Amino acid sequence: MLSQSYYDKADEIIEQYGRKASSLIPIMQDIQGEYRYLPKELLTYVAKEIGVKEAKAYSVATFYENFSFEAKGKYIIKVCDGTACHVRKSTPILEALQKELGLSKKKHTTDDMMFTVETVSCLGACGLAPTLTVNDEVHPNMTPEKALALLDELRGGTV
Amino acid sequence: MKIENRDALANVCQKAQEDISSYKCRILVCAGTGCIASGSQKIYDKMQELCHDMEEVSVEFQKEVPHLGVVKTGCQGICELGPLMRIEPAHYQYVKVQPEDCVEIFEKTVLKGEPVERLFYHRDEEVFEKPEEIPFIAGQTRIVLENCGKIDAESLEEYIAAGGFSALTKALFDMTPDEVTEEVDKSGLRGRGGGGFPAGRKWKQVSRQAEKVRYVVCNGDEGDPGAFMDGSVMEGDPYKLLEGMVIAGYAVASHEGYIYVRAEYPLSVARLKHAIGEMEKAGLLGDNILGSGFSFHMHINRGAGAFVCGEGSALTASIEGNRGMPRVKPPRTVEKGLWEKPTVLNNVETFANVPGIIMKGADWFRTIGTEGSPGTKTFSITGVIQNTGLIEVPMGTTLREIIYDIGGGIKGGGLSRRCRSADRPADV
Repeated sequence: MLSQSYYDKADEIIEQYGRKASSLIPIMQDIQGEYRYLPKELLTYVAKEIGVKEAKAYSVATFYENFSFEAKGKYIIKVCDGTACHVRKSTPILEALQKELGLSKKKHTTDDMMFTVETVSCLGACGLAPTLTVNDEVHPNMTPEKALALLDELRGGTV
Repeated sequence: MKIENRDALANVCQKAQEDISSYKCRILVCAGTGCIASGSQKIYDKMQELCHDMEEVSVEFQKEVPHLGVVKTGCQGICELGPLMRIEPAHYQYVKVQPEDCVEIFEKTVLKGEPVERLFYHRDEEVFEKPEEIPFIAGQTRIVLENCGKIDAESLEEYIAAGGFSALTKALFDMTPDEVTEEVDKSGLRGRGGGGFPAGRKWKQVSRQAEKVRYVVCNGDEGDPGAFMDGSVMEGDPYKLLEGMVIAGYAVASHEGYIYVRAEYPLSVARLKHAIGEMEKAGLLGDNILGSGFSFHMHINRGAGAFVCGEGSALTASIEGNRGMPRVKPPRTVEKGLWEKPTVLNNVETFANVPGIIMKGADWFRTIGTEGSPGTKTFSITGVIQNTGLIEVPMGTTLREIIYDIGGGIKGGGLSRRCRSADRPADV
């Protein structure tokens, strides 16, 4: 069960975009922006409030890659795997992070809910490839060593 | 500040130009995605702090340097050499500026007007002081990107001072909608999103529809990996894109515009939102624009990570709140696009070309580029190449010129044998 505060927040976001079908995606984006994932209960709630069938809302939420029904870590690390980053060797960076954190292609979030590691398509900072983002802040010219040092920094809470 | 009519806009322009020319020193820090990633925000903050102190602490300094501005610009182009800083009116281009350089820049350049030579771009013992001397920039023709790196990307006044919205006023007050469409058609502007369909013909098709509710949609879902041209325009000169869209709205009698921006471009969304807010306050968007009687409203939709939404019918489906699934055509978007209404759907760069065409005319536009495809094209140069970054060149420029003359060649190698079209002119 979600606490009432989640529904209050959802109401606030729904008001902002209006109760119409075309508001579905921006509302879900803002909810995810707030909680770093999309709680299923809220999806049901939003669908009912804006007059969209729950099945339709679910089909839309699962269509777009950005929506996640799973809770994510405190730090969401996205390794860019666009072409420019890929040719400048982004894969070893991803592998180093996954190995260090005990993650894999299927398991994205650490058990202590500190880190989520994902790939992202081109961020448009290709001049500084390879890049990764930590909660949307871009880090340029990465190497596996720099990525691991960054993890240490994040664990120390200095970022 | 509400701008009531055409004359009021001219006054704002004059005032803003006077303000800018009265600056004794303007420090333009690149705030494109690339430079922010390499730390330009810290440079901006540091320069702000230094210059702020100066005004507060010493009155003498203030006399000596009466006007000083530190502004954030859009992408200055040479992303690999970031963070970039440009100093006006001395017109120095500094590259790879670090926070520890700021004090020296302040003491030498800001206070005394002297250059910090080690921060200039160097290549093979040669030193390049001015931005346009750098080979990377010297080989370019900038129309779409003309303001990127020169003006404060967030300032409506600076855009107006650079001639912004003069094309819009010309369209609204001196031209009929059909004349606007005709001018764009005559210019030969072709869609910059990849399809290369003539923009003017598309607009004409929308104008011809019996249905009177029409939409203008901008495709900012730039999903091709390694491409960040549209993102740089949205970040670096959002007003130009918006001006182009309002002109398109006037041409096809539409009153509602949508910009679809991909999720990976948060900075583009922020800058566009800011720009839309400023234009609404100034009366350049909304009801009765500049007292002309024409109304146009703008919305932003963020993508949610589906590459396919860059396709027109998938994109409009996504704006409607559906899964981004392309549909079979016909009917085409010009007949039944967004909410089944006639829709002008163009790419960011296409719209950003429109103000220039209306202002300077189709004949001017046709003097650039090739017979079959006039104008310029922006490119992102990325990968294993000497100078990565953002460029704009006339249509017809060969890949070889782009890679070797502008990009400085390939790091440690030659052109792939598979790339046989190196000498074929670029085209859409």
